[in-house]
Amino acid sequence: MGSAQQLHLGVALDGAGQHPAAWRVSDVRPSALFTAAHYLAHAKLAEAASLDFVTLDDTLALQPGGEEVVRGRLDALLTFAAIAPVTSGIGLVPTVTTTHTEPFHISTAVASLDFASRGRAGVLAVPSRTEAEVAHFGRRTLPSEVDAEAENAEVVDVIARLWDSWEDGAIIRDEPTGRFIDREKLHYVDFEGRFFSIKGPSITPRPPQGHPVVAVYGDSPYAHGADVVLVDEIRGARERFPDAKLLAGLSIVLAETEQAAIERRRALEAYAPFPPGPSFTGTPADLATELPRLAESNSLDGFHIRPAVLPDDLALFTAETVPALQAAGAFRQTYTGATLRDHLGLGVAVNQYAEA
Amino acid sequence: MPKQVKLAAHFPGVNNTTVWSDPHSGSQIDFSSFEHLARTAERGKFDFLFLAEGLRLREHAGKILDSDVVGRPNTTTVLAALSAVTTRLGLAGTLSSTFNEPYEVARQVASIDHLSGGRAAWNVVTSPDAWTGRNFRRGGFLKREDRYRRAEEFLATVRELWDSWAPDAVVGDKENGVFARGIERFVHSGPQFDIRGEFTVPRTPQGQPIVIQAGDSDEGREFAAKTADVIFSRHGSLESGKEFFADVKRRLPAYGREPGELLIMPAATFVLGDTEEDAHEQAREIRYQQVRPATAIQFLEQVWSRDLSAYDADGPLPEIDPDPDAEPLTWGRVRHEKDPLAVAAKWRAIAEEKKLSIRELVIEVTARQQFVGTARQVAESIDEYVQSDAADGFVLVPHLTPGGLDAFVDDVVPRLQERGVFRTDYTGDTLREHLFSR
Repeated sequence: MGSAQQLHLGVALDGAGQHPAAWRVSDVRPSALFTAAHYLAHAKLAEAASLDFVTLDDTLALQPGGEEVVRGRLDALLTFAAIAPVTSGIGLVPTVTTTHTEPFHISTAVASLDFASRGRAGVLAVPSRTEAEVAHFGRRTLPSEVDAEAENAEVVDVIARLWDSWEDGAIIRDEPTGRFIDREKLHYVDFEGRFFSIKGPSITPRPPQGHPVVAVYGDSPYAHGADVVLVDEIRGARERFPDAKLLAGLSIVLAETEQAAIERRRALEAYAPFPPGPSFTGTPADLATELPRLAESNSLDGFHIRPAVLPDDLALFTAETVPALQAAGAFRQTYTGATLRDHLGLGVAVNQYAEA
Repeated sequence: MPKQVKLAAHFPGVNNTTVWSDPHSGSQIDFSSFEHLARTAERGKFDFLFLAEGLRLREHAGKILDSDVVGRPNTTTVLAALSAVTTRLGLAGTLSSTFNEPYEVARQVASIDHLSGGRAAWNVVTSPDAWTGRNFRRGGFLKREDRYRRAEEFLATVRELWDSWAPDAVVGDKENGVFARGIERFVHSGPQFDIRGEFTVPRTPQGQPIVIQAGDSDEGREFAAKTADVIFSRHGSLESGKEFFADVKRRLPAYGREPGELLIMPAATFVLGDTEEDAHEQAREIRYQQVRPATAIQFLEQVWSRDLSAYDADGPLPEIDPDPDAEPLTWGRVRHEKDPLAVAAKWRAIAEEKKLSIRELVIEVTARQQFVGTARQVAESIDEYVQSDAADGFVLVPHLTPGGLDAFVDDVVPRLQERGVFRTDYTGDTLREHLFSR
């Protein structure tokens, strides 16, 4: 990999930023976190900088903590659906919890996000790990960590089968024979896994990307098979995921001088400790120097940027870090394709049921 | 002021009422189709747009049905996306209480209510069938008699969740570091659900999103009378509509509710022509396109549970009787026939009396309420139904996707407005305001 390696950049749009006290220092109105406008404004910032995608965290339980942290959130996939028609370039990768939600619903919902965004959908598939979520569904027991991860892998497998269960071009509208579809191009998936079985086919035709982009966190022993792996621990990550687009999570606190950035960080830490995981505190220009270096020395494909405070750190990142990366030839000048798969260079998704 | 007409638009998705062979028939999948219908309905100041739900593709004689429109996107995803391209239109979706859990449905509908600024509605349905359940990990088979028991407890649980955040819980006091206060724990323990914890979505703009119920059985009517805001019915004709209307409204006082608190909105189709004759001619052609020979035979096979493919759709009904013990041939469609032999006898009598072929009979017995005529006649007719208490309004089902509502909005809505029975502009922001404010 030379210095001209093109980075891939995703941005987390969770709450008012990654830091638990972000909502206290941000100009964002706290109630705005429950509106589409908040997510649209930040997605537009990311889109104007031609970033690959935005993510939105989710769980089927209230965030832990007390009165002093952001609590409550809307369904992440529906929130991104609500900005899909009014954005045009940015990839949309909501978290979907796979332990309690039916895989059939996940498959059609992500496919439908792909239709509404015209090929910009992804999904961050995450198993549920809490007793609180089990209690919200009732009459179940918390699966072991390993089983939850294995079931997550099964869900990732079956949702792609369901996307493929309609071949492209299955809708034929053939008047002479009176056939709306060619049923030879529809397939029962007949999936029998360890955790569930599904008949298929999907009710939703194959989405524009064929396979919307599937992302997982790299802390899972079953993360193989995803298109994108998000890791916090970068050492040894490339060996564990040789084929995936490997993006390292990085929280950022930016300011025009390093001293000012350190002061911003201290001000946040006066309220609460900084969240665990890798972070960068400094100037946008220094970050632009740091990212290609980090990527090269660890064979990373890019970064999952987690702004400490929204919009502040995202605004500085897009206004200054991204142009510096572009000047260094490390990031695209503008979108060169229309779909999220195009942005990530993933190529055409092969349909596992179609005859070659 | 005369009684005001309520109007909703159904997205003409799957099945044989959608005329896919028409040159104006567009995609039933692409988002642009949903956007077109939603924008048209909003231009016409409609109360809401309505999406049905499908969870398994229909099959006939062991094969996926290929003669009618097949395939649709996920309901909640489409509604959330539509919130971006509309500002006032209500967004109503069908979500099964069998293949979802209360926490999820409560969360999805509440999320859409927030994202749309108070325009969400949920049409509560149940599905009793293990055939559909094969697409779901928890199977979901439900005995017929348990359907409304589960639906009722499901809805009550969803409402407990919607109510669990105090209206002013999101304090957002940056100075003192209080983001939210007053998130109540919910505890629901009943025969269907045992769940407890905290909901993740603040109280929504409507407080409680609108609840719609579709069902015609005695239990269905009672369920709606007890708890729904809107009931869909299939009682389209003036006389049966009046009877249904009176019956349902009569049930309301037992639950401490006023007649105006439950709106009755039957599904109806419409055909507009320059003249009455022109409209009737078009309506006849549309019916023949909806019921092609293969569709007619398949419809009959649904009751007969026999292979009738050797019969001519333009010929008389089969001499042989239905097989009352056979497995159904058709799956994925609501079956109304409890006694196939009686249905066959009734249909034979109709066919004999009116001298109908198989296809003509199917056209006759599958007819829904249809407003046919000039725009003026259709407006008059709708008004008459509403003023005479056969309905509070209608859920209009166009036969073309996505442009099937255009002419109605351009030509019929202005005439309803001239008559003073339909709003000329929205007077509120939320669906609840559209439906219930005077």
